[in-house]
Amino acid sequence: MLAAGWSSCKTNDSKTSLPIFGSRKAVTKTVNGQSVTDTVYQTIPKFSFVNQYGDSISNKNLDGKIYVADFFFTTCPSICPMMARNLLTVYNTFKSKDDFKILSHSIDPKHDSVPVLKKYADKLGVSGNTWWFVQGKKEDVYTIAEKNYLVAVKQDSTAAGGYVHQGYFVLVDKQKRVRGAYDGTDPKQVDQLIADIKTLQAEPDQK
Amino acid sequence: MMAIRYPKSIVAALGLSIVIALFFSCENNNSLEFKRYYSEGAAIYQTHCLNCHAADGSGLLALIPALNDSTFLKNNKASLACAIRYGLKRPIKINGKAYDENMPAANLAPMEIAQVITYMNNSFGNQLGMVTMDEVETDLKSCK
Repeated sequence: MLAAGWSSCKTNDSKTSLPIFGSRKAVTKTVNGQSVTDTVYQTIPKFSFVNQYGDSISNKNLDGKIYVADFFFTTCPSICPMMARNLLTVYNTFKSKDDFKILSHSIDPKHDSVPVLKKYADKLGVSGNTWWFVQGKKEDVYTIAEKNYLVAVKQDSTAAGGYVHQGYFVLVDKQKRVRGAYDGTDPKQVDQLIADIKTLQAEPDQK
Repeated sequence: MMAIRYPKSIVAALGLSIVIALFFSCENNNSLEFKRYYSEGAAIYQTHCLNCHAADGSGLLALIPALNDSTFLKNNKASLACAIRYGLKRPIKINGKAYDENMPAANLAPMEIAQVITYMNNSFGNQLGMVTMDEVETDLKSCK
């Protein structure tokens, strides 16, 4: 019994692939005269934002990249410092991989201008092009957060700092499918994210 | 009835130990209050400070200062309560580095402020003793 329990735990630890989140549908098409049914997964749609260097960043810049997305604002007094601290661990683990990115979206684009984002990145010791702090049209950011990354954000004058948002880190694969969501304020879940990124990198279609 | 006669040395030792016991019970009262402040302060720290300043008081790089600059804490002892109660909007220098982000106000009662300062002043390598509620109330009267 005990051995069975132990080994079942072991099996869970060494998973070889991650689940795929979001809606899916079966599409039947005709290939070489034969009808083939394929599963089409929900993917992150087109977007266009600006990063801390003033460069525009679109979905195309994330083609063929595994990336972690989150939502924050630079003056956030509540969970953001914790999230930044934990995301720095992820950044330091994978910053040498050129097929890995972090995309932190500001939910307060009015305040978080390009120079403000640059200063924030500098103060976190983030340079180069692994970790992008982006801002864009507020509706665009809020829509993609809720519809595609499945993270709730909203403006609320009664909340500390003026916004409520969930501190999830969302893992996206090279085909822009959501493969995991982790509580960015919990170091244990962030360790799991790091382990899952390694698992994902080893999947055949992520190489 | 037989009177028991104790040797003088035993009487002296007994007397001395009573004096020592009294001394330490007095010590205990102080250290008990310190411990109470410290453990309450630890809980307040977790709720109000930890997100930004981290569990080990290390802060966050150039964004949020660490809380281990004993010299700063000692030199600014009288303004710590004001900074916690009303926030901080001016640049400060911690461990020789400049920090210019605003610190938000924490709506805490004088007792809670005294407890959390006592916790901070005796954690992260600091050994600066206790700050009482009375001291905090006095300090809060002269906030700029």
